[in-house]
Amino acid sequence: MSQAPAPQASPPRLSRGAASGLARRAWSIAALPVISIALALVVGALVILASELLLPDRSFDLLLPFTAYAALVEGSFGSSGAIINSLVATTPLVLGGLAVGIGFKAGLFNIGAQGQFLMGALGAVAVGGAVASEPPIVAIPLALLGGMAAGALMGFIPGFLKALSGAHEVVTTIMLNYVAVSTMAAIVSGPLKIPRSPSPVTRDVGHAAYPILLPPNGHLGILVAIVAVVVIWWLLYRTTIGFEIRTVGANPDAARYAGMRPRLLLIVTMSLSGILAGTAGAGVVLGVTHVLTSSFGTTVGFDSIAVALLARSNPIAIPFAALLFGAMRAGAGLMQIKAGIPVELVDVVQATILLFLVASPVLRRLFRLRGVSSGLGSTETIARSYGGGGTTEKAA
Amino acid sequence: MDPVINALYAIPVLGLLFQLGGYLIAVIPPVAPIIMRSATPLALGALCGVLCERSGVVNIGIEGTMLASAFAGWIVALTVAPMIPADPSAFFGITPALLIGVGAALLTALIVTGIHAWLSISVRADQIISGTIINIAAFGLTTYVNTIVSKSSPTSAGAFVAFSLPTAVTNVPVIGTILGMFLNQGPITMSVLILVVVAQILLFRSRWGLRTRAVGEHPKAAETVGIDVIRLRYRNVLAGGLLAGLAGAFLSMESTNSFQTGMTAGRGFIALAAMIVGRWTPIGAFGAALLFSSFQALGQIINFDPPPGDLGTILGSVPAQTYDALPYLVTIVILAGLVGRSTPPAADGQPYEREATT
Repeated sequence: MSQAPAPQASPPRLSRGAASGLARRAWSIAALPVISIALALVVGALVILASELLLPDRSFDLLLPFTAYAALVEGSFGSSGAIINSLVATTPLVLGGLAVGIGFKAGLFNIGAQGQFLMGALGAVAVGGAVASEPPIVAIPLALLGGMAAGALMGFIPGFLKALSGAHEVVTTIMLNYVAVSTMAAIVSGPLKIPRSPSPVTRDVGHAAYPILLPPNGHLGILVAIVAVVVIWWLLYRTTIGFEIRTVGANPDAARYAGMRPRLLLIVTMSLSGILAGTAGAGVVLGVTHVLTSSFGTTVGFDSIAVALLARSNPIAIPFAALLFGAMRAGAGLMQIKAGIPVELVDVVQATILLFLVASPVLRRLFRLRGVSSGLGSTETIARSYGGGGTTEKAA
Repeated sequence: MDPVINALYAIPVLGLLFQLGGYLIAVIPPVAPIIMRSATPLALGALCGVLCERSGVVNIGIEGTMLASAFAGWIVALTVAPMIPADPSAFFGITPALLIGVGAALLTALIVTGIHAWLSISVRADQIISGTIINIAAFGLTTYVNTIVSKSSPTSAGAFVAFSLPTAVTNVPVIGTILGMFLNQGPITMSVLILVVVAQILLFRSRWGLRTRAVGEHPKAAETVGIDVIRLRYRNVLAGGLLAGLAGAFLSMESTNSFQTGMTAGRGFIALAAMIVGRWTPIGAFGAALLFSSFQALGQIINFDPPPGDLGTILGSVPAQTYDALPYLVTIVILAGLVGRSTPPAADGQPYEREATT
């Protein structure tokens, strides 16, 4: 992927006024995502139209895509309840997006956010159930810590294995996702199961539940996610370890010559990533479900990858990307009810957005965009270390 | 004989190993054909990975390719079946509809991997992101269309039928078991053996194989001796796609007779692990796929029919779900233990940019 000169690097043009400069800068960052989203919606509309042809008994409705999108928007932003629902759906995606994004920054592809999310949920419900009758001021931090610790462990394992032997995190984290599902099922239907309960379900987290800030269901987790965004931004751009993480991702060789330790950073980044995904899992348990069943399933881990890619791993952009996908997930239900469009249209649109982003060199030629920052260029280091080569191999 | 075995089983610690050995000898042979069957999509996926990565293109979209082909094959066979009514032939239960279904699965796989090839070879996008897109899109589209279609009458287009050897042959100890494992199978499963051997020979003994490996290790050097890197990569990725498509056809038309949402269930990713554990060779990948499905079968057997005696008590003291996780844990352990010694092709995952010829 050709590296376009970063627009941020050019000196600010004071002569034309700060406002137009700011607008141009915002456009240079947002142009490709906005165009990609618009094109993806067009593709989604075409999919809806094409799928109408599959059902001969239904009359062909050329306006169905508009009906569907209107219902989607109504379902995600149509009322204050819908907006809060969207925010609640967005919260785990923000944390998950940060988890995957910080991995990308270090040149790691953490597909294991899913497993770390599940372990975070498990850790939170285990601790939360135990401290359910303590005062909230004690119970909530303890339960959250439980989730973070479980997620951290789940992130540490692939990081450690990669540092130890070069086992690639793409494969180990995928395997660990399955291990996480089994572990959760075993513990929820084993030690944590309420005695005499007919189906495997854990105790309620009681006082450890996140308080509701925005009635009816906007919980403290929203605030936790915002804090996490600020902390990760600060960590990445204002601390030494953040600088090292970014350097290892951008150029492992340069990082090593500068005296950084890629293997250690690898473990730290994966653990950090696990903590974030674990926090997301803890948030869903403490804020929404309050209990865990053995069939607790989610798409958060995989949606998070799309969020991180759309936001190009930029911690400030991640909440916006997460809001887009969270709102789509939250509104998809109404779309299915009102327009009869299966919720999986959201997956199609998500994939198409990423497709246009990854094909950004083509888009730029097509729309004659100049001075627009490149699509997924900042994440191009991912594939380089595939199969245990790259970073750690040479560090030996 | 029995007193000797009982005495061996009673030895502390070591006796448990004997018990385990005896248990494995008793339970594995009867399920050998099942192990081979569940290894089939893994082996085909891993072969797809080998073809792609040996020429320098990482393909983590195998999962999505399989899923898309499984769906397309099934739905086309379903649509065509009423138009060409035919009784299943005695030979593998083949019907014209099923053959057309397999063709559709292969064609779909070509289109899907074509997108991946275009993104990773021509656009020079990150290959892992491109693969991820394939996976998300395949899941979304197949589930979307399946939800719409299954509202109308869902039926089955049938499935390929397994060949069966005379019991006189399969009853022969050892040899009968091995023959049964490979030959009491449907057409796609049987073809795996041939494909693995052919791929192994071609990759290491043919001009195409030499060129593929050269392009995967050092594309620039390959280009200077006149190999068209871009074209070779396209060809290999598309050929690999056909194998993943065959795996998809296996899932919806041989292993079962219908399509279920997300029915690949991670097999494309496990195939990647098998490829790495098998050190990027067709035979190795096939072995790794067999190993994985053996542990999967073992995990199910332990839950279903636990061994008697001390061994059973020990195995039973662990939650049943542990055995579901067994194949994944084994893969992680093998990967962590082996990869240090197994190196991917040097140019794996790196887009190739031809130098300007002015």
